[in-house]
Amino acid sequence: MQKAVFPNRVLPYLLLAPQVAITIVFFYWPASQALYQSMLKEDPFGLKSKFVGLQNFTQVLGNPDYLNSVRVTVVFSVSTAVLAMALALFLATAAEKVVRGKGFYRTMLIWPYAVAPAVAGLLFLFMFNPSMGTFAYLLRDAGYRWNPLLDGDQAMLLVVVAAAWKQISYNFLFFVAALQSVPRSLIEAAAIDGASSTKRFWTIVFPLIAPTTFFLLVVNTVYAFFDTFGIIDAVTGGGPAQATQTLVYKVYNDGFVNLDLGGSAAQSVILMAIVIALTAIQFRYVEKRVHYA
Amino acid sequence: MAKIELKDVRKVYHGGVEAVKGVSLSVEDGAFVVLVGPSGCGKSTLLRMVAGLESISSGTIAIGDRVVNELEPAERDIAMVFQNYALYPHMTVRKNLEYGLKNRKMASGEIARRVDEAAKMLEIGALLDRRPGQLSGGQRQRVAMGRALVREPAAFLFDEPLSNLDAKLRVQMRAEIRRLQRRLKTTSLYVTHDQLEAMTLADTLVVLNAGRIEQAGSPMEVYERPASLFVATFIGSPAMNLLPLGAGGIAGLTAPDGLLSGAGPAKTLGIRPEHMRLADGEAPRPGEMRFDLTVTGVEVVGAESFVYGTLPEGGPEVAVRVAGYSHVEPGTRLAAAADPAYLHRFDRETGRRI
Repeated sequence: MQKAVFPNRVLPYLLLAPQVAITIVFFYWPASQALYQSMLKEDPFGLKSKFVGLQNFTQVLGNPDYLNSVRVTVVFSVSTAVLAMALALFLATAAEKVVRGKGFYRTMLIWPYAVAPAVAGLLFLFMFNPSMGTFAYLLRDAGYRWNPLLDGDQAMLLVVVAAAWKQISYNFLFFVAALQSVPRSLIEAAAIDGASSTKRFWTIVFPLIAPTTFFLLVVNTVYAFFDTFGIIDAVTGGGPAQATQTLVYKVYNDGFVNLDLGGSAAQSVILMAIVIALTAIQFRYVEKRVHYA
Repeated sequence: MAKIELKDVRKVYHGGVEAVKGVSLSVEDGAFVVLVGPSGCGKSTLLRMVAGLESISSGTIAIGDRVVNELEPAERDIAMVFQNYALYPHMTVRKNLEYGLKNRKMASGEIARRVDEAAKMLEIGALLDRRPGQLSGGQRQRVAMGRALVREPAAFLFDEPLSNLDAKLRVQMRAEIRRLQRRLKTTSLYVTHDQLEAMTLADTLVVLNAGRIEQAGSPMEVYERPASLFVATFIGSPAMNLLPLGAGGIAGLTAPDGLLSGAGPAKTLGIRPEHMRLADGEAPRPGEMRFDLTVTGVEVVGAESFVYGTLPEGGPEVAVRVAGYSHVEPGTRLAAAADPAYLHRFDRETGRRI
């Protein structure tokens, strides 16, 4: 990286100021508030609060509901990220092979990204709601006992599919760009070198788009953790019996519905730590194995 | 080791663009054939059709005694060196060389033997554990050659392999490719737009223009007896001087009787710069052509110079090769001479040699 040298001592800070200000207002300030909040306990009427140190944390971590939520979040995030990325990669490789109507095909695949999470959730709810959903009707007709309102695994499946569906477009866009940047001559050289098209994909193309895959892995994990609240709220509301209550959803539920502000703040602090750790791990270990051409 | 036989090969793209318009060519076993032509003449397309990277619209291509039209690139027993080398950037040099052999399920002992041999031959032994990104252009070029060598294929295909190298390296690699091919005696088909590369490498030179073969022959044959105006101007640098012959001869050119007679089709005369000399102050020699030139510029190459001048009355510009350093000033009028034995005649209508 090139080092810039400014003749004026104030100017560099001035140029940085807007970015720093935004980060302070929208991250450090709320984060420090959450940290402060997490050590307080409010009375039932919200009139006064007292400092309780780490008591909120010990309570949260000792709560079986919370540990269940951790498990739910792991299952949900991994499934969503894997499903969204795998399908997007599959569609992107297919889009490479389309000769006619390439632009149309791509445009259609990008549209879902423009749908708001809550709306996406509602779409899936309408399709799969046991009492009025078209697909629910078809599934039951086919003899399958479909009822995500009662069956936790089915509810999980539904929110995973809905969350992945929405993220596929985004991943697709990046994978298409990545696939296009793989030089054609490399594929041709591999073809002459006797590699079948499957083998070419896994030994040449896949390693070369690894930087994109890695980037998407980080983005998708963060997405599954944080941006799927709307979908879960619209489709299952965290239920049945907390089967789809992810950590973020539990923060909302405990804080805004059950008005346990201290406990909720403690959870969000833990969540923040988890995501920071996760991203650090990804960059430290996964990125080492990624080849940047 | 195999012969490559192309019979009336055509390539028509979607939308009706005809890139290759019926090419028949026979590459003998062990021969080094160079396809040369300007960009867009179809030479790369032709090579890619032999490799199996482009479909063949009509005609047949045979490698050895097998027609390969319907075969996958991998089944054609060829190896190709690409213009941008097409090395796998995420693999070490050794892995790059091994890739094609491993895909063919070759025994690991044999793979190691071939890689070592190729590395020795190309002097890339020290680079085997590096990645392509850590290599210079010349080294990458060698690795790309190595990847073709280890395959020990029936034929090598080269797609402008030297055009990404700087001038000095290009000359060096050119000689090396020639030496390697002589030693291995592997049939080679080589595509380039550089006529110098074509002349120095080829056993047989094939000049392509607009999807057709203009001329095929040994480099000197093509140079000394160009079959058409196109070949005459494409091969040789500077290009052959062309003089359109009018009914009244050519202004400023005096020639022995009968040489410029206008009988038959309209003609264009051609003469190479090295077959002309400056003859200022000399008495005209019998049987020689004399040109009355006004100098427009001098190009000093080093060992030789080229004096450019125009014939009077808006006539064509001609180049004259002069040994050493020429001091002629632009604007001077001087005489040049040439031996009619070196004159080429072309039918202006068809462009063919007469």
